[in-house]
Amino acid sequence: MTEVLARRPAASRAGGPETAEGPGHPSGGAVGPIGRRRSLPRVLTVAVALAVLLVLATALSLTVGARNTGLPVVWDALTAFDPADGDHLVVHSRIPRTVAGLLAGLALALAGTALQGITRNPLADPGILGLNAGAALAVVLGIHLAGIAGVTGFVWLGFGGCALAAVTVYAVASLGREGATPVKLALAGAALTAGCTSVMHGVLMIDQTALDSFRFWQVGTLGVRSTETMVSLLPFLAVGTAVCLLSARLFNALALGDDAAAGLGLRVGRGRGIAAAGVVLLVGTAVAIAGPIAFVGLVIPHGLRVLVGSDYRALLPLSALAGPVLLLLADAFGRVVLPPSEVQVGVMTAVIGAPVFIWLIRTRKQVAL
Amino acid sequence: MTAAVTDRTVPALPRPHRGTRVALVLAGVVVVLFLVTVLLGSTIVSPSELLAVLSGQTVPGVSFIVLEDRLPTAFVGALAGAAFALSGTVFQTLLRNPLASPDIIGIGYGAATAAVAGMLVLGLQGPWFSVSAFVGALVVALVVYFLADSGQHTGGRLILMGIGAGAMLHAVMNYLLSSTDVRSAGDALHWLVGSLSNSNWERVGTLAVALAVLAPLTAFAATRLKVLQLGDDAAAGLGVDVARSRLTLVVLGVALAAAATSVTGPIAFVAFLAGPLARLLTGGRTDFLCSALVGSALVLAADFAGSNLFGDTSLPVGVVTGALGAPFLLWLLVRSNQQGMGG
Repeated sequence: MTEVLARRPAASRAGGPETAEGPGHPSGGAVGPIGRRRSLPRVLTVAVALAVLLVLATALSLTVGARNTGLPVVWDALTAFDPADGDHLVVHSRIPRTVAGLLAGLALALAGTALQGITRNPLADPGILGLNAGAALAVVLGIHLAGIAGVTGFVWLGFGGCALAAVTVYAVASLGREGATPVKLALAGAALTAGCTSVMHGVLMIDQTALDSFRFWQVGTLGVRSTETMVSLLPFLAVGTAVCLLSARLFNALALGDDAAAGLGLRVGRGRGIAAAGVVLLVGTAVAIAGPIAFVGLVIPHGLRVLVGSDYRALLPLSALAGPVLLLLADAFGRVVLPPSEVQVGVMTAVIGAPVFIWLIRTRKQVAL
Repeated sequence: MTAAVTDRTVPALPRPHRGTRVALVLAGVVVVLFLVTVLLGSTIVSPSELLAVLSGQTVPGVSFIVLEDRLPTAFVGALAGAAFALSGTVFQTLLRNPLASPDIIGIGYGAATAAVAGMLVLGLQGPWFSVSAFVGALVVALVVYFLADSGQHTGGRLILMGIGAGAMLHAVMNYLLSSTDVRSAGDALHWLVGSLSNSNWERVGTLAVALAVLAPLTAFAATRLKVLQLGDDAAAGLGVDVARSRLTLVVLGVALAAAATSVTGPIAFVAFLAGPLARLLTGGRTDFLCSALVGSALVLAADFAGSNLFGDTSLPVGVVTGALGAPFLLWLLVRSNQQGMGG
């Protein structure tokens, strides 16, 4: 089994071989992120906990802000809306951004988990791998060259740029002896990001109006899209979600290595391609809804692996629940952390996510070189 | 390359000759580009006028352009190019990876974020602005370095952590840009792209002093670099204090990049391109002098192209190097991965 990033031998901590867990082994929960699978009750517990958290996060997102509205007010506003009541209007103005947080969080977390499965790489994230930068460059070029405005145009540009970046990064990184190692993928992604960013800056220098409309988009923010435009994005989101969720078996097999997966009778290349198309749909949708938001796709799967093990059949649906929780909480926190201004959710996730990324690298014994 | 070597009758000698020859040719190219920058443009200065200005005479309409605009621009371009190139070559050689240039592993973002924060939040100007860029780059580099430095395989870890830190700083920078009015954002962006248009003699002085201190130190430390390139274990076996040498080189590399960044802004891809280009020219050797000259030539040529080839709009140098750099970068990625050097 060719693990590109070797894990620390944490089993010694638990005092036994890592296969020793399972039914009838009470210390199994203490072993930590090593076990491949957890029992079904545990997955269900986590799912219920996440669902409760999701409801709480949604409620929080509707209540917190420059003008705090209590939960009873929110309930009133939702059930018996009174246009004359200022608080009700505030709550209603928060609905689109809450919906945006739900959808973008789902898309990003699922895409991140799926990317980690496709590339068999624990550091895969739409931001790190340059997909966000590709989408951003496409959007800027669209604004500048074709005068495109409005979210429907951005969607297609986002998809195109994202797909192009994905293909480029993966093709470039998988050349050579060892295939797509974490360092090669991350470098290819960072290099592509640098290239896209400088071209983008060049365009923005010339075009001040593009700068004005773009600089808010590129930071990654919820609450600038109307509910209708988000509804128009739902089909893409649904297809991407379905494709990624159905690929769980493939990812589990891929974790054993390409050869093993092929030996299990899976068509590895085709499956990867389809799953990657699903990821592009999800990232493109998320980028269209909220702009480029990094690190959600990285943090969520790793957090969940600690809780439920690395079976993608559990990881994928759970990350679809956990992503919105993280994004909504980050957004709500960003609204109150630096009053009177708001810190956009993309900044919050980066500030939360980057330390996790660095911690992940630190806890690996060896980075493939 | 191998065919050329077999043709020669004395196979031991040509290599040093080639390095010197390439350096001489590159120096010539830099001088020519320097003169082109000074003489040509929207106002064309004749060589005799230039000589007259330089000898202290006042030539109406020309003296001001040459002394206050063209000469400082050319000097800043040449010096900043050399500093970026040296910094990039230090990191690429140290981390044994042609892609590990300071603008990719987060150091550039450190300088940029600190400078933008200084400009937009604290309203810093002039020298303090440069200092904030310098401090930002150094802090980020040292934090990443010490986080990554835990035993073996520091190189790959340093790259990955730098990329992570860079992504975070990028987000913070975007936040700063979006939280000011569009005019200040435009000004900050102008600096972020990297341009020579604000060059003056004070900045030439800053850069010249920085290079005069840092370049000899780098040349001295580069002797250690050759040993470090053999790998950590081999270097330790040869009696080199790996951790300390590496830290020295990181600090030097960061200082070079930060000095140049604080004056011109982060000019994209120069640090990244100069080393590999110099390697191509010298036939695979890492030559710091050649890298520095390539860097100067790149910046001067890109600045001249940006300010003269696009009609009325004058593009800053960073846009030109960025547009040229991106395709080269992809080619280099493909090539180094095929050779198994990409990491």
